Amino acid sequence: MEALDIAANVLSSTIRLSVPLLLACLAGLYSERSGVFDIGLEGKMLAGAFAGAAAAAVTGSAWLGLSAAILVAVALALVHGFASITHRGNQIVSGVAINFVAAGATIILGQAWFHQGGRTPSLPGTARFGAITLPGAEAVRDVPVLGPIYSGILSGHSLLAYLAFLAVPFTWWVLYRTRFGLRLRAVGENPAAVDTAGISVTFLRYRAVVCTGILTGMAGCYMALSQNAGFVKDMTAGRGYIALAALIFAKWKPVPAMFACLLFGFLDALSIRLQGTPLPLVGRVPVQFMQALPYVLTVILLAGFIGKAIPPRAGGVPYVKER
Amino acid sequence: MDLSRVGFVAPPIPAESGADKGAGRLMAEAAIELIGIDKNFGPVRANRDINLAVERGTILGIVGENGAGKSTLMSILYGFYQADAGEIRVAGKPVAIRTPNDAIALGIGMVHQHFMLVENFSVLENIILGAEAGGLLKGSIARARAELARLEREYGLEVDPDALVEELPVGLQQRVEILKALYRGAEILILDEPTGVLTPAEADHLFRILAQLKQQGKTIVLITHKLREIMAITDNVAVMRQGTIVATRRTAETTMEELAELMVGRRVLLRVEKGEANPGAVKLSVRGLTVEDSRGVTMVDDVSFDVRAGEIVGIAGVAGNGQSELLEAIAGTRRAVSGSVTLDGGAIAVTGHADPGELRDRGLAHVPEDRHHVGLVLPFEENENSILGYHDKPAYLKGPLLDTGAILADAEDKIKKYDIRPPNPRLRTANFSGGNQQKIVLAREIEQDPAVLIVGQPTRGVDVGAIEFIHRRLIAMRDAGKAVLVVSVELDEIRSLSDRVLVMCGGRIAGERSPETSEGELGLLMAGVEQEAAE
Amino acid sequence: MSTPYARLPAWADYGLIPLINLAVAFAVAGLVVLLVGENPFRAAIILVKGAFGSGQGIAYTLYYATNFIFTGLAVAVAFHCGLFNIGGEGQAYIAGLGIALVCLAFDQVLPWWLTFPLAILGASAAGALWALIPAWLQAKRGSHIVITTIMFNFIAASAMVYLLVDVLKPLGSQAPETRVFLEGAQLPKLGWILAEFGLRVRPSAPLNVSFLLALVMAFLVWALIWRTKLGYEIRTYGFSPKAARYAGISESRIIMVTMLISGALAGMMALNPIMGDQHKVSLDFVAGAGFVGIAVALMGRSHPAGIVPAAILFGMLYQGGAELAFEMPAISRDMIVIIQGLVILFAGALEHLFRHPVQTLFATVAPKSVGLAAGQERA
Repeated sequence: MEALDIAANVLSSTIRLSVPLLLACLAGLYSERSGVFDIGLEGKMLAGAFAGAAAAAVTGSAWLGLSAAILVAVALALVHGFASITHRGNQIVSGVAINFVAAGATIILGQAWFHQGGRTPSLPGTARFGAITLPGAEAVRDVPVLGPIYSGILSGHSLLAYLAFLAVPFTWWVLYRTRFGLRLRAVGENPAAVDTAGISVTFLRYRAVVCTGILTGMAGCYMALSQNAGFVKDMTAGRGYIALAALIFAKWKPVPAMFACLLFGFLDALSIRLQGTPLPLVGRVPVQFMQALPYVLTVILLAGFIGKAIPPRAGGVPYVKER
Repeated sequence: MDLSRVGFVAPPIPAESGADKGAGRLMAEAAIELIGIDKNFGPVRANRDINLAVERGTILGIVGENGAGKSTLMSILYGFYQADAGEIRVAGKPVAIRTPNDAIALGIGMVHQHFMLVENFSVLENIILGAEAGGLLKGSIARARAELARLEREYGLEVDPDALVEELPVGLQQRVEILKALYRGAEILILDEPTGVLTPAEADHLFRILAQLKQQGKTIVLITHKLREIMAITDNVAVMRQGTIVATRRTAETTMEELAELMVGRRVLLRVEKGEANPGAVKLSVRGLTVEDSRGVTMVDDVSFDVRAGEIVGIAGVAGNGQSELLEAIAGTRRAVSGSVTLDGGAIAVTGHADPGELRDRGLAHVPEDRHHVGLVLPFEENENSILGYHDKPAYLKGPLLDTGAILADAEDKIKKYDIRPPNPRLRTANFSGGNQQKIVLAREIEQDPAVLIVGQPTRGVDVGAIEFIHRRLIAMRDAGKAVLVVSVELDEIRSLSDRVLVMCGGRIAGERSPETSEGELGLLMAGVEQEAAE
Repeated sequence: MSTPYARLPAWADYGLIPLINLAVAFAVAGLVVLLVGENPFRAAIILVKGAFGSGQGIAYTLYYATNFIFTGLAVAVAFHCGLFNIGGEGQAYIAGLGIALVCLAFDQVLPWWLTFPLAILGASAAGALWALIPAWLQAKRGSHIVITTIMFNFIAASAMVYLLVDVLKPLGSQAPETRVFLEGAQLPKLGWILAEFGLRVRPSAPLNVSFLLALVMAFLVWALIWRTKLGYEIRTYGFSPKAARYAGISESRIIMVTMLISGALAGMMALNPIMGDQHKVSLDFVAGAGFVGIAVALMGRSHPAGIVPAAILFGMLYQGGAELAFEMPAISRDMIVIIQGLVILFAGALEHLFRHPVQTLFATVAPKSVGLAAGQERA
């Protein structure tokens, strides 16, 4: 019975830890599917987390926090768009720049405004997105099998977590069933075809990066307002890069993206759970090994040893009209 | 910019004296009129004072050499660029075409030289892209499917709507492009060099389709540099040279010779004088060579031939029939699947790791087809390009260091010999004209005194003056007892240069002919109808 | 269409444009300073004073600059080959292991001038190795080097934490770091040179002989790129991989050799803090220098003559930033991270923002100076 509890516990935290990855990963999907590579997911998440926590701390409203997080992340996404779409700059360089600006600015502004060494004040429950108990979760708690799964694993997450998982089918629907999705996929493969069809490549790509901004803002907000009770400096700690790895792992597709994020979230949950506890057969696994595993797996995937990840064909290349 | 041209609304008059040949009549039922169009790219005047009218329900051909401004003009018409001055009228009304959207709304459709298709989309998805019925795809797809069936019935434009574009042959991909334009209700169809990638048979099919479209009342503008196509299908023809329209003619009232003369502005020596060949020993021998492209499609299929010292062997063929891959395999820049190549009796590791550098040392020089991305490094200074591939020769080195003094002196020497202009070895290569860039490559390869020279598209994108110079150089190589292999899609060039002509089609050598063979016979070989044409 | 080919005179390309980029980056950073309620001009004065106002300040500035010269050169060499080595951070971190092995083995038996060359070898070998794997994956398997080097930064961090916590830590110690090296692995300080100029430098000031090594490397990189056959091949591949193939330059060899050099340069950065200052390998000793290298290379336009001043500028920001944090508590040293990001943004991603107007200006005022004469001849 205890093993089952531990399993439920690990799976529940898997979900919790996957949420920011998933939101960021879907964020990256919109941008990269449109042909704009984005290694600035990390920075946008971080800025979103800070803006969300700061606004929630000042106003006491989680919703205003979310709005601020989205607003700031979208602003940074537009900077990326300005550099890489309008000015045809190097998309990777632009993403790196945004990561640094966000890393520095969140600390400087946090310190200047709240004087707590870069933290924002601890948020009361009302200013956070707290756990939601799903209907009937209490009633089925003691039912075998269903109980631990429904009330122990699926129930008790924040609104943003449920939104993140709803965003998966939604993104799939947008991508494959709407005009916007058709054009988005087309512009990432052959922008010239989109241009000659009378559609503005620029406007389309800008809309894609705005989607990225919104979702990274939500990802950051989830970290600051649900997972934690405020902003701590450098709190994203590389999750933007793991999300990027997950996106590659998922070959830029929404449903596989969810599974990739759950896998990486699970590794994270496991490494927290296993800290110091020896495993049967292998003995004690260093926690660093578990932390490095998502990156190692991504490298192995990129090397083509387990399937091949083919990015959108026009990805990373600024669109220039040919004469 | 000539401001007096703005608002110039006189009827379009051919720039030449032959105005009487059709000016007044052209005004009758114009689907499109272009009046005083100017377009500059920086200092380059791509279009100057273009006046042109296209009659409804006719096919107009626009001919001109590469770089004459044909594509720019059509891009202006399609809203890809904005003219700096001038007016466009569609069905008599002045219009502003700022984006392709405006053009589409006015019933103008365009089939681009490089297809504007999303390769991993289905035919249907490509067709509705940009012309969707609403925010959701479901309705658009159903509508497009029905409409496609109608177009298929009406014009015989068959294509599987659910096939992925990347899996279709080139001819069908082009058909998708035409369908895209028709789906958008195009009344005026512009085709930019549509036959460049087609076999003669596919091209004939295309022309039948165009004739049918014309019968249905569509207006068609055909851009090409192939005079035969103009004569075969158009009603009227406009000739462009250096950004201007130098003449318009009724096709029935002109000849290929007249058009050719108008195109180049003076009578060009189509044939460079050359004496009898004096073939010696076999220098390059190709046996059973088979090459695949990156997708695993066989591009060169069991090809065998020899090139002897003191002769020029020309390989003719429609672009994309394996000539490029053949050259690359011989030059060691693309790995072959099977077969063998010997250079002066020694084997080249064509199926293994052939090293182009080592082949140079063994006397094989290669002028590649694509000088912009392969033969030259455009951001380099001229002198840096003059050693590309030979940069590890002791003459250019001092230990691990480059001997810059020797390199510059060498570059200056070649500049003199080949009359490369401007004569500045420190100038960025990108700032030279196409002809001078090609001379830089030729000078580099020829001056190393190779035993075998292989040349891809010797005069592509090269100005007329330089063509003659380049041809003379190649013949001089031959007369000096070198083995020369030339690949060109310009049949005239092949016939004029070669001592023997090999025709490639579908990756195979379809036959060997003497350069005196008629164009018609060679054309049939290129199209793959060998048996009937031969013997 | 000739503007992209218009070439600015060298002084504009390497001087004016970086200065404009820098000025804009500072202007935006100044806005951030305003936002936190401080006076940006006073901040700038404190910053410059802190960096150059005393011998001690200069010693620290050059100490930091040493790190950035190495990492800037590392990024620049890869840039010339068309590769973006974003993994300098990880390569330098792993190089710490190479140095640790050499120093722990020899600091008791050899004098510093014998340990130092061995440590250079150890550092560059470890850094090069860490760059070689992504290079090999790019060359042979087609994996995107930007992504793999990012991944390798994280893997390096995990590996070094593990090694320092579980392997290299001396018995009985709590801190995750190696033991302190003996004199045989401590590099001489260079503060005395500044003292020669009458400046006051405390013996603790960390400027050490690695700075001279960095300058030597800057010269060698210049010679490599513009004067050797290998450099010619690197540049050929960087501009046009197809032309390189045509010229008989092996793609995988050039990618791997370039990344080995790049990784080795990044690895040498570790010598400066480890042997020159801390005399031990501790957690996170790289402290972002690998990433600063990106900004330095972009600002220095991948030319050593630009990289050295750019590195000194960032050294000034680091040292002056520390002083600034002391004088203006609202501004911590993280201000530099913002400036670094802004420099990367304006000098890198937005380089066309100012380049095009400047080119147009030059083309209008002095067409000859931008090589347009040829273009007109053609038209």
